[in-house]
Amino acid sequence: MLDISPLLYVCLGILFFLCYFHFSNFFLDKIDKKKGKIKSHNLNLRAFIFVAPALIVFLIFIIYPVLETFRLSFYDKYGRDFVGFNNYLWAFKDPELRRGLLNNLGWLVVVPTLSTAFGLIIANLADRIWWGTIAKSIIFMPMAISFVGAGVIWKFIYDYRGPGDAQIGLLNAIVVSFGYEPQAWITIPIWNNLFLMAIMIWIQTGLALVIFSAALRGIPKETLEAAKIDGASEFKTFTSIIVPYLGPTILVIWTIITIVVLKIFDIVLAMTNGQWQTEVLANLMFDWMFRGGGDSGRGSVLALFIMIGVIPIMALNIYKHKQEQKI
Amino acid sequence: MKKFTLSSLLSQLLLLFFVVIWIIPTFGLFISSLRDKDLLAISGWWTSLKTTQINEIFRSEGNKEQFQENDLFLIKGNIFEDDSNKKIISYGVTSKNINEFDIEQVGVFKDGTKIQLFENGNYILTSSKEFKKKGKRIFVTSLSPPKFTLDNYREVLFNEGLGQAFINTLAVAIPSAIIPLVICSFFAYALTWMNFFGRDTLLALVIASLVVPLQMSLIPLLSIYNDIGSIMGVGAKSYPGVWMAHTGFGLASTTFLLRNFLKSLPKEMIEAAKVDGASHYDTFLRIILPLSIPAFASIFILQFLWVWNDLLVGLVFLDQVPSEIILSAKLRELLGSRGENWEILTTGAFISMTIPLLIFFSLQKYFIRGLVAGSVKG
Repeated sequence: MLDISPLLYVCLGILFFLCYFHFSNFFLDKIDKKKGKIKSHNLNLRAFIFVAPALIVFLIFIIYPVLETFRLSFYDKYGRDFVGFNNYLWAFKDPELRRGLLNNLGWLVVVPTLSTAFGLIIANLADRIWWGTIAKSIIFMPMAISFVGAGVIWKFIYDYRGPGDAQIGLLNAIVVSFGYEPQAWITIPIWNNLFLMAIMIWIQTGLALVIFSAALRGIPKETLEAAKIDGASEFKTFTSIIVPYLGPTILVIWTIITIVVLKIFDIVLAMTNGQWQTEVLANLMFDWMFRGGGDSGRGSVLALFIMIGVIPIMALNIYKHKQEQKI
Repeated sequence: MKKFTLSSLLSQLLLLFFVVIWIIPTFGLFISSLRDKDLLAISGWWTSLKTTQINEIFRSEGNKEQFQENDLFLIKGNIFEDDSNKKIISYGVTSKNINEFDIEQVGVFKDGTKIQLFENGNYILTSSKEFKKKGKRIFVTSLSPPKFTLDNYREVLFNEGLGQAFINTLAVAIPSAIIPLVICSFFAYALTWMNFFGRDTLLALVIASLVVPLQMSLIPLLSIYNDIGSIMGVGAKSYPGVWMAHTGFGLASTTFLLRNFLKSLPKEMIEAAKVDGASHYDTFLRIILPLSIPAFASIFILQFLWVWNDLLVGLVFLDQVPSEIILSAKLRELLGSRGENWEILTTGAFISMTIPLLIFFSLQKYFIRGLVAGSVKG
């Protein structure tokens, strides 16, 4: 039978934090009322009560790990002996890592570009058609699904059976119906990366679509009307009014998807586990965390690589976000 | 109403094209999860409404079932185990010629045994000698009508451990979404409305930490967990451990979003409450909390789905045993071990999608708001 005891822990876990905030504040309120006056000393105590749990979590789960990862990148696989830049030298020479970097780069070029492009096109189409809302819902739906779930969905599409057998994978069924040989798609080096990227595009297009369609509503109606009166074709309106107007939005979407792609892990793990030359940085890192008992030095270098990739894009993203807040 | 033009027709067709491409993968998965597993293994889901031709090998009963009539030994039986809707069209007695005989036509085995097979699977074996212990092999070609069933769901939920994994995932995701919301709402409140030493530095640090990908934390945290585990003499991986890990990874973005929201509330309201003698805790409970419900809902949904769909954290901070494994990890395990059993994979994937799809269709507004805001999640 199913064991539901995990759900009991859930209540305890949540209750713990609620009790902490309630009782600590409750008693502080009591003390304050007795003294009749809120003292600045108590205000600091109050702030401490409010901040402490988050601060502790922040220090343990973010600050310490960042420093520690940085330190470990200069140490051997057990984190004991200082090895200088050896792990970095290894990183620049390792062919596997080089391929991982190249693959990541491929993902970075293809996925954000195509997702953004599809999102923009679909947002434009959907805005003018009465069943556009339903269409948007359908295209957005993959955003709700886990990467592993999406992996299963697409692995089923790419499924391969020998040439004589009936194909149950849709892609091979189509290929065979046109008279070609069926292929084991995800095992063909280099091209298989594209088949994995297709999954990500399928997921992320929905996000681009939703943001674009909100932004499209911001384009002044008069501008579009004026273009129409001047006799601009729909294509012309799209390229010379809509796209320039959406410039900042395009940038935002591009950065969001880029960050997701930089950390891509689940899809590759579920589909190929990095075989057939599909490895990416995050997968290599996961590998090195456990390979041969784990190598914390090399793993840390890989984590740092990912962070170095994320920093500029995330910084741009936060900067944009703050600017929008100001307006 | 707009007038009907060529370009609007083209737009409609183009959009339809996109919609079809986007829905087909999920649709195919759903249909497949409902199909009979034998049919699923040999025919594409797009043929699921058609009758499928199946070639199978069966073995007749052995000499246990034999009985004597006059000088002949007979075995009567049915090759199908349960009542199936299959209709046999032809059969054979050797692998070289599996369509040798039509139904009801008498076939002859190498050793002289005669067989008569009927459309519904009934057969009669006749021989002048006693039968051997082992039954005879019969090669059967039959037509199977479309067959849909919930058997796959029963199998996957209760025999493959997906049901337990579903509960485990809930046990991971609910606290991992609520705990950060609770502690970050107080945190964000303090960062917005309280004056304390080092506030601005702390705020800047939290925002800066948005750039830290969670991969940075994995190795050091895992070693902390291992140390704690060995000191306390318990397993290093546990539910509270994974809750706190998710809380840590969601902390910066949740605080950032909540602070942006709190900052947009009118300052006068907080001031007024202060003048009335309300403590910060009163203010938080009576004024901020009721106003924040929609923002909380969006952030909760964002974090809940993020955790529900996560694989990496679940792999690193939980043991891959039945009592702890989460859905996405279980699914990934099945992809390796049951890679050819599509009835299990499709059904499992669909089960893992139920909660996200439910949230998606019922709370679309919050869902979209949450996901769009979630662009800052590390």
